[in-house]
Amino acid sequence: MTSPLQQKLKITGPVVVTANRLRDGAVIYRATDGRWTTDLASASVATSEPAARELLAAALADRLKVVDPYVAPVRLTDEQHVLPGNLREQIRSRGPTVALPGENAI
Amino acid sequence: MYVYDDFDRTLVAERVREFRDQVDRRLSGELTEDEFKPLRLMNGVYLQLHAYMLRIAIPYGTLSSEQLRTLAHVARRYDKNYGHFTTRQNIQFNWIKLEELPDAMADLARAGLHGMQTSGNCVRNITTDQWAGVAPDEIEDARIWAELLRQHLTLHPEFSFLPRKFKIALTASAHDRAAVKVHDIGLRMHTNGAGETGFEVMVGGGLGRTPFIAKTIKPFLPKRDLLSYVEAILRTYNQYGRRDNIYKARIKILVHELGAEKFAREVEEEWQSIKDGALALDASAVNDIAARFRYPDYDELLDGPPELGKALAEDKRFRAWVDNSVANHKVAGRAIVTLSLKPVGGPPGDATAEQMDAIADLADRYSYGEIRVGHEQNLVLPHVAQRDLPALWRALDAIGVATPNVSLISDIIACPGLDYCSLANARSIPVAEEITRRFKDLDLARSLGRLHINISGCINACGHHHVGHIGILGVEKNGEEYYQVTIGGRAGEDAELGKLLGPAVPYATSPTWSRI
Repeated sequence: MTSPLQQKLKITGPVVVTANRLRDGAVIYRATDGRWTTDLASASVATSEPAARELLAAALADRLKVVDPYVAPVRLTDEQHVLPGNLREQIRSRGPTVALPGENAI
Repeated sequence: MYVYDDFDRTLVAERVREFRDQVDRRLSGELTEDEFKPLRLMNGVYLQLHAYMLRIAIPYGTLSSEQLRTLAHVARRYDKNYGHFTTRQNIQFNWIKLEELPDAMADLARAGLHGMQTSGNCVRNITTDQWAGVAPDEIEDARIWAELLRQHLTLHPEFSFLPRKFKIALTASAHDRAAVKVHDIGLRMHTNGAGETGFEVMVGGGLGRTPFIAKTIKPFLPKRDLLSYVEAILRTYNQYGRRDNIYKARIKILVHELGAEKFAREVEEEWQSIKDGALALDASAVNDIAARFRYPDYDELLDGPPELGKALAEDKRFRAWVDNSVANHKVAGRAIVTLSLKPVGGPPGDATAEQMDAIADLADRYSYGEIRVGHEQNLVLPHVAQRDLPALWRALDAIGVATPNVSLISDIIACPGLDYCSLANARSIPVAEEITRRFKDLDLARSLGRLHINISGCINACGHHHVGHIGILGVEKNGEEYYQVTIGGRAGEDAELGKLLGPAVPYATSPTWSRI
């Protein structure tokens, strides 16, 4: 099996490194200060393949806290706000697109 | 209900202790994720988009009221107050925390519930007719045979690392409500020309990436040979099934590539060497299992009690519900009641903790404390007195599980899709919700007659889209959700795979599901 670090990264736009938190499975992002955050807005954004690879390498070294880190696309607004880059990442970031049973829509 | 013994309780309790230790070692870093993942999967624990998902087996879809209350407790204490009933008669919780999983499993174990063999390359939860034991058209209670198989195949050392997962379904009725022809092994009880009962054995059915209807390899198998013949099939599959390619590892590919006749010969050869050994079932073994199923001591009642006739005459909504959701029972004066978990505009198959608690109370009051789960993702109260139907309906209506849409277009079977599942390419639930809103006029839905829509969010086909009258498969094209539509599928005794209607349509710009 190919190590994530050896896999080819195709960077066509801004990306972040994301994973699930080991203890509860929550969606988390690698932050600029090297910690993990549940807030996408605080994620460290890479725009080149070397920068993304560096972020991923640091994440993979932190396997005691996180599960299956990977590089995910994001979009940047004109104000440089970070938004999920596709529907899957939007759902991971914001939760299901439908109301949960017994609740109003998220 | 089947009554577990000390052996069952000890086995489940020991598994919880073992898993607690494994979780502790993972959280401390003693185990890597690569080491831990197969261990958690053996207990039904997946990592999905938002959190860990715990899948709990409900053997042959039978639950006690105590067990349903325990599921409500787990939903409330460890999850987000609801659970999702699946197409394999299981329940899934979508928001479980790893650090709390051992406690959740301990609570489940006290009610005889667990997640063993709900994941991994082993024999999964054995499913059957949700009306087993009460269906007027059944030969006998299929659950007895499902339980025999369950006991034999639980933690079976030879079959814990099969080439791929393995699903078995049984029916003992003329009308197949268990979709046996789309399982790895499908078993249909019937009576032969000599008046003996046995099983037609079908193998190699399945959906997913490469769908097949199962082929019959044994038209009549005496009941005494059930365990040995299933063992022979599994051994043959274990020996010849492909392990080099996950997409070709299911038994359906082996049966297709070898041909059903050659596969049957291989099984027959293996079977001849074991059929008269320890696995041959004698009457005492079967009777011992059968004796552990406790059946209600019904009052003597007559069909069509006056209370029912009066309510039917007075209340149009009640009459519509009875016509749709109440089925004939094998015992006079009783009825089988299906509870729709398909509310208009709601996700298919979900129930809140409050609904589960309320249904458990109603089961105690009206159904001898027993509930069934069907593969259509609805619940069933199997022992209801016809005279109690008006009161039961009012109670079910109050908690939102009396929508009279069973087997109609809005009784949609759907997987969790991209809203939850890490494998999915597209969403299932919003499509289902939009269709149910379109057909909230039940007169319109009834005018279409029986019509099953099945939705899967990816090619793995957990929503069984291949066998929907209308099947909807979510795919991804250039980052967008698209849906392929098939028609003409069906899952019963005349099972067929649907035919593709045309090019996939996009979620956002199609005339959408409102005009389906």
